[in-house]
Amino acid sequence: MSDFVSEFWNMYVIVITAASVFACIALLYVQSKATFTPGKTMGHVWDDTLEEYNNPMPMWWSWLFLITIVFTVIYFTLYPGLGNVKGMLGWTSANAHQAEVAKMDATVKPLFAKYQAMDVKAVAGDKQAMEMGKNLYLTYCMQCHGADARGAKGFPNLTDSDWQWGGEPEQIKATLNEGRMGVMPPHAQVGADTVKDLANYVRSLSGLPNDSVRAAKGKEAFNSVGCSGCHGPDAKGMQALGAPNLTDKVWLYGSSEAVISETINGGRNNKMPAWKEFLGDGKIHVLTAYVYSLSQGK
Amino acid sequence: MSVTKTTYNDKVVRQFAVMTVIWGIVGMLVGVIIAAQLVWPELNIGWLHFGRLRALHTNAVIFAFGGSALFATSYWVVQRTNHTRLWGGPLIPFTFWGWQVVILLAAITLPLGITQAKEYAELEWPIDILITLVWVSYAVVFFGTIAKRTVSHIYVANWFFGAFIIAVALLHLVNSAAVPITLTKSYSAYSGVQDAMIQWWYGHNAVGFFLTAGFLGMMYYFVPKQAGRPVYSYRLSVVHFWALIFTYMWAGPHHLHYTALPDWTQSVGMVFSLILLAPSWGGMINGIMTLSGAWHKLRDDPILKFLITSLSFYGMSTFEGPMMAIKTVNALSHYTDWTVGHVHSGALGWVAMVSIGSIYYLLPKLFGKTEMYSTKLVTTHFWIATIGTVLYIASMWIAGVMQGLMWRAVNVDGTLAYSFVESVKGSYPFWAIRWLGGVLFLSGMLIMAYNMFKTMAGGKIQDVPVNAAVAHHA
Repeated sequence: MSDFVSEFWNMYVIVITAASVFACIALLYVQSKATFTPGKTMGHVWDDTLEEYNNPMPMWWSWLFLITIVFTVIYFTLYPGLGNVKGMLGWTSANAHQAEVAKMDATVKPLFAKYQAMDVKAVAGDKQAMEMGKNLYLTYCMQCHGADARGAKGFPNLTDSDWQWGGEPEQIKATLNEGRMGVMPPHAQVGADTVKDLANYVRSLSGLPNDSVRAAKGKEAFNSVGCSGCHGPDAKGMQALGAPNLTDKVWLYGSSEAVISETINGGRNNKMPAWKEFLGDGKIHVLTAYVYSLSQGK
Repeated sequence: MSVTKTTYNDKVVRQFAVMTVIWGIVGMLVGVIIAAQLVWPELNIGWLHFGRLRALHTNAVIFAFGGSALFATSYWVVQRTNHTRLWGGPLIPFTFWGWQVVILLAAITLPLGITQAKEYAELEWPIDILITLVWVSYAVVFFGTIAKRTVSHIYVANWFFGAFIIAVALLHLVNSAAVPITLTKSYSAYSGVQDAMIQWWYGHNAVGFFLTAGFLGMMYYFVPKQAGRPVYSYRLSVVHFWALIFTYMWAGPHHLHYTALPDWTQSVGMVFSLILLAPSWGGMINGIMTLSGAWHKLRDDPILKFLITSLSFYGMSTFEGPMMAIKTVNALSHYTDWTVGHVHSGALGWVAMVSIGSIYYLLPKLFGKTEMYSTKLVTTHFWIATIGTVLYIASMWIAGVMQGLMWRAVNVDGTLAYSFVESVKGSYPFWAIRWLGGVLFLSGMLIMAYNMFKTMAGGKIQDVPVNAAVAHHA
């Protein structure tokens, strides 16, 4: 694509750039032809003492100037610089970038191809593969899930054995490839009182202190207002929908009555981005194995 | 008009000279604070955090300290070398008080977060208009004084001051063009990559004309004066003046290597930056060679030490600059502390030292003395400033190259070997050394202030009659 809106501006740039280089040569040439009287002043005196010698420019300095100008002429011949003139090497910054990417790919791709042919669980047991997986994790995942993979509010802990969308290799890979949309709809319409009941019931599920009267009412509401539709009648969640298990002691957003009420009232929108396009199958495979390995032995 | 009774207008020179020292202390103090904030992040308190103080530091040292030094010396030089009193009547005090108001407004608005978000051109549009008024007045005073000169030839220092005044006016007007929304908010007249290019055309020429041409004007008067020797080569000053003026205008794109800027523009920026090497060195050679035959004076003249050391740093920075403008070198140096080190080898080593030397030359003369209150303290200042500068530059070189290498290091699987925060951690000791360098440089300025006030205290202001001699042809 041309950088110029019309041929005029292209020509304008070419002429003005070339003329500027030429002007430097002309300046140096004309001035070096002046008459010099080394060691003698020009004959003017300012402010009682200020004078100027009529010494020539140092030879090495003139050469230095000339060499940089010659370099410019050569550079403009080889590289883009004079408007749309391409330069003899055909170099562009886009091509240079592509070449570097291709070079990197050539060394990296075989490495990943080796592991791609292996089963995820086997890759998880390979020391070098796990080094690579950790590098990938620290490059692409730690911004949300943390350097230690223990997550943060709204970002799941990957080191425990609690899985919102499933912890089997195929499920982890699907999560990485396609991303996930974790949506809990808002339920403020059930009324503040019922929300309080529900929050107490949810707290009771994992043995947290609660108002038992409210919890009992909340248990009924759990089914009647539709919570059980996603979280299941036993509140143990449903991985197909990404609905968390409410009976374990793992909390994505917090376990206080206030935070649980906030979750029920406003709902939650959570998003894990899709990485398939960006990372490609080889890296996804190794990363799947790495994430899988994080919760093994727990 | 009776020639014998006319005197030089040194009042405005005095005002600017004193403020050079004051603003130097303020600007460098803010620099020391932000350097400390990088070492001890808990010092980022409220609005006085790095992000806001950094712009205050750059504005204060460039435009308040550097600007005052340029006003003071150019007003002195243009009168002395044209053998005439400063012309311009009320415009003269307006340039002083107007400039002080600009600085004051900068000190208020920048910590409040009122900014155009253009580097070295942060000030919002009402302040920009005031800057324009002051600058036009400055040009009228300066060129008006040259117009009524009583000598036929215009001395070389005036070419540089003149070029600096014209170019800065042009840069300021073009880059600050904006659409005002409220009194404190405006949007740039340009967008996208054009905006970036205009910004760095301005940014690099602020270096080229504000921080180079102006200070070369200073050099061309104070070095031969203090050395008591003629300028080394008139012809060299002609060639390097025109080459410098001409090629600096093209160098801006080297700030935007490997960005959305078209390839041809990046190439033009790179090669003209390389061409700039010789014209820049022309100034250094002319200054240093002026001393040939009088080298012994360096031994016990601290003012000359300041001036010659500043030229050495100028030569070093103007070699480093073209090298860093080469794309492949820039790929390593860009966005690292190497750039910060490079800027400060110019800012501390060249700009500040040549200003300090020149102001030391002026102060006794401005207050009716033959020399500073204490020459020994001037020498002390010189050594502290030099050590501070070296610590600053060296630590930033090491930190910068380390950061560049860490950022580009990759593992066998193609991932980055280091996270950004690891390069921050690695930079810590060097940031501490940089802070120490800054503290030393600032201490030097405090010594200067003490010396200045002592000189002023014992001084008696005298009006100096205009030189009646007409420069003659041999």
